[in-house]
Amino acid sequence: MRGFTKISLALSAMPASFAAHADYAWNFPEPVTPMALDTLHVHNKFMLITMVIFFVVLAIMIYSIFAHRKSKNFKAVKDKTPSTAMEIFWTLVPFAILLLIDFVIMGIPAYHSVIMMEDTRDKATMVVKVTGSQWRWQYEYLDGDAKGIKFVSNLSTPKEQTDKGYQGKKDEQYLLEVDNRLVLPVGEKVRILMTATDVMHNWWVPQFGSSRLAVPGFLRETWVQVDKAGTYRGQCKELCGKGHGYMPVVVDAVPMEEYKAWVVAKKEEMAKASAGADKEWTKDALIAEGKGVYEKNCAVCHQVSGAGLPPAFPALTGSKVALGPIFDADGKYLKDGHLDRVLNGIRVMPGWKALLNDTEIAAVITYERNALGNSVGDVLQPAQVKAARQ
Amino acid sequence: MSTTTVAHHDDHAEHPTGIMRWLTTTNHKDIGTMYLTFSLIMFFVGGAMILAIRAELFQPGLQLINPEFFNQLIGVHALIMIFAALMPAATGFANWMIPLQIGAPDMALPRLNNWGFWLLPPSAILLTLPFTLAMFGIGDGALATGWTFYPPLSVQGGIGVDFAIFAVHLLGISSVLGSINIIVTLFNMRAPGMTLMKMPLFAWGWLITAFLLVATIPVLAGAVTMLLTDRHFGTHFFDAAGGGDPVMFQHLFWFFGHPEVYILLLPVWGFIPQILETFSRKPMYGYKAQVYSFWAIGALSVVVWAHHFFTSGMPVPALLYFMYSTMAISLPLAVMFFCWIKTMWKGSMSFETPMLFTVGWIILFGIGGLTGLVLADVAADAQYHNSYFVVAHFHYTLFAGGIMGIMAGVYFWLPKMTGHMYNEKLGKIHFWLTAISFNLTFIPQFFLGLAGMPRRIPDYALQFAEFNMISSIAAFVLGLSQLLFVYNIVSCVKGGKKATDQVWEGAKGLEWTLPSPPPYHSFTEQPTVK
Repeated sequence: MRGFTKISLALSAMPASFAAHADYAWNFPEPVTPMALDTLHVHNKFMLITMVIFFVVLAIMIYSIFAHRKSKNFKAVKDKTPSTAMEIFWTLVPFAILLLIDFVIMGIPAYHSVIMMEDTRDKATMVVKVTGSQWRWQYEYLDGDAKGIKFVSNLSTPKEQTDKGYQGKKDEQYLLEVDNRLVLPVGEKVRILMTATDVMHNWWVPQFGSSRLAVPGFLRETWVQVDKAGTYRGQCKELCGKGHGYMPVVVDAVPMEEYKAWVVAKKEEMAKASAGADKEWTKDALIAEGKGVYEKNCAVCHQVSGAGLPPAFPALTGSKVALGPIFDADGKYLKDGHLDRVLNGIRVMPGWKALLNDTEIAAVITYERNALGNSVGDVLQPAQVKAARQ
Repeated sequence: MSTTTVAHHDDHAEHPTGIMRWLTTTNHKDIGTMYLTFSLIMFFVGGAMILAIRAELFQPGLQLINPEFFNQLIGVHALIMIFAALMPAATGFANWMIPLQIGAPDMALPRLNNWGFWLLPPSAILLTLPFTLAMFGIGDGALATGWTFYPPLSVQGGIGVDFAIFAVHLLGISSVLGSINIIVTLFNMRAPGMTLMKMPLFAWGWLITAFLLVATIPVLAGAVTMLLTDRHFGTHFFDAAGGGDPVMFQHLFWFFGHPEVYILLLPVWGFIPQILETFSRKPMYGYKAQVYSFWAIGALSVVVWAHHFFTSGMPVPALLYFMYSTMAISLPLAVMFFCWIKTMWKGSMSFETPMLFTVGWIILFGIGGLTGLVLADVAADAQYHNSYFVVAHFHYTLFAGGIMGIMAGVYFWLPKMTGHMYNEKLGKIHFWLTAISFNLTFIPQFFLGLAGMPRRIPDYALQFAEFNMISSIAAFVLGLSQLLFVYNIVSCVKGGKKATDQVWEGAKGLEWTLPSPPPYHSFTEQPTVK
């Protein structure tokens, strides 16, 4: 292990000479969970073993290459055909060495790591459900004081920075910043349930050492126990469509008191938002609210202008759905009407029922009908959305 | 008149000329040449795609291509390199060399051989056509799921997925036909006295490959057909809402996909020892041990598939089983590495281009193999999985272990095939440029992966900028160096110093007893092997 540290130190000193400010990383980032620490140890140990094998074999080969060449008049030894017994003996030597390395030196620590990694339930103090959808994460706290807290976490790097051809300065945390971070208490074992709504995603924070596929229709589980307060960043690592590179994970690990205060504040915020659903909104207020919701959630596919990217992502400007009626004569929302489409999605389009609250859905629909070159003139109230959900 | 008829009857060397010769040929060397040419062309097509990607990844931010197009390029790059560059190259060598090495006049099933080849160009067109169609506003481009077709993303995708499914079907049929031909040829057409355990190692490598193809391609065909019916005919094989399971596709795909790695590598493992013994001027060490290692790897390759998706979630006993069985593959590989080095040891080595590629190949493939051993560890794999570490690892096995091996074979056999020597100096420059730029392309990717850069992302955080820049520059050098390879091959085909029958001082085996180039029908008189 020490040898490896030395090698990596020597390696990391190298680039300093040719690029003083460059940010080179030569190994896993600093581990902050027991699992990541264990993974780093296993990784370092295995790397050391494989490097030793590699350099020993390479040295033998290089010696042979320089010593046994024709240009030095080295005459090939006349191998008498070895007896089968000798051949078996000699070829079993590397076999036996690898047998020892694979199943004892590497195999035993690897076994313990697997057992630890898969032990998601022992001493877990809380459960968080992580849902991946194209292209955002949704977090839901399932028990304890925080039960009921539920929010969506979107990329918050300004859109112009991620646009093609942007030349200006980029944020320090370019592509790794979100609007709502997952907040976890330090030192607590958190069981994480993982699922997805559309295609597969993979929730990964390198410093946590855990990564698990989020499979639509199934629950998978893993766990984290962050032992050091701080902000940790990661990304989705299962190809999930065009926004795959744009769904980061940001986790704030905070001391228990701070976490408790956050829970209280978050609950208040949510109560305020749902109260908003019961009041009557003006058209202008809804449109103003809807613009933000639209640009954060819808513009990835339908574009900021509403022009879409046909044929995969249709335009909203002049769209039949956006101009057509929302409700039928009985006051029920029409199948394939605007509200139906937003709540339930179709084909590639996700359903937003679980991702947006009543106000946000009402606002975004009102915005789409009265902006982006459309002017239907009607208003959809949050209360109507709330009623439609039932 | 009667004498000419007899002469014709003797060598059957008459054949149509021009395009009809190539369309209708049933000659193993003509078909081998077509396979190799096709492979070389597709190598450049696939390479151009990845250079577009490396250009985009040169610095953070989107500069050249959209994320949608980026996703299409990565998947089609992989499918082309695997199915249309690497596999046809190996099949091309099989066609050319197996009859020569076992003393047969041709392959056993020549018409099937012709059909096997002519399925390839249409499937290459199917793979790439959606790019062109999209330019005319039809569909939204090629397969954008990566080469692994994972549902539900592939169920959601556009017509590119359907095109790719049909392309894979055709490629699969072509591979199975080629495999049947090789199995039948090897079992029935060996020269008298050549028992199975005297067969050249290249033929052995191909025999195992052929069996693996026949065993696993139908599983892939089944899996993508299920995908097709999920997409268009309302089945729910991979949809939880209908009682299916998306992860089942991963099992089916990798049941084919893992043996596929050895399908690509076994033919190379076959001729590498032949190159080593030639340039070490000393018979290969441990022929039997290597044949048994081939068997062991063939058998193990079909029982380790789930290590490609440890993070998909499976029971602990399954994780442990797939971890240990994967590690077990290193045992026969260790035996093979030992045999290769023992063959060189105390030989009288010279380093012509094929030998340079072979030595470079052993070292770089060693890195690919050892990182594979580390990847087998489930806990560490949670970090490596789908990161650039994996990308670097499989390019060490498939570019170094596959393509550089094929290049060694090309330089080794080119004089035999064309009757001319290639330009040795240019060959050596090609080797050094390839080896150095390859390492500069992929070593940074190991570090990118460890630092936490996921694969298949079109844009990345600022902390990954420096390594990506190095990797991109080196990738362009690597790509451009291959033009030397083409130039060398083309000028060797056109002319050059006459090659002797034996070509290399230390060359042994039936193929070196024939003239260079060999007559149209290789062995008109059956040789015997003692």
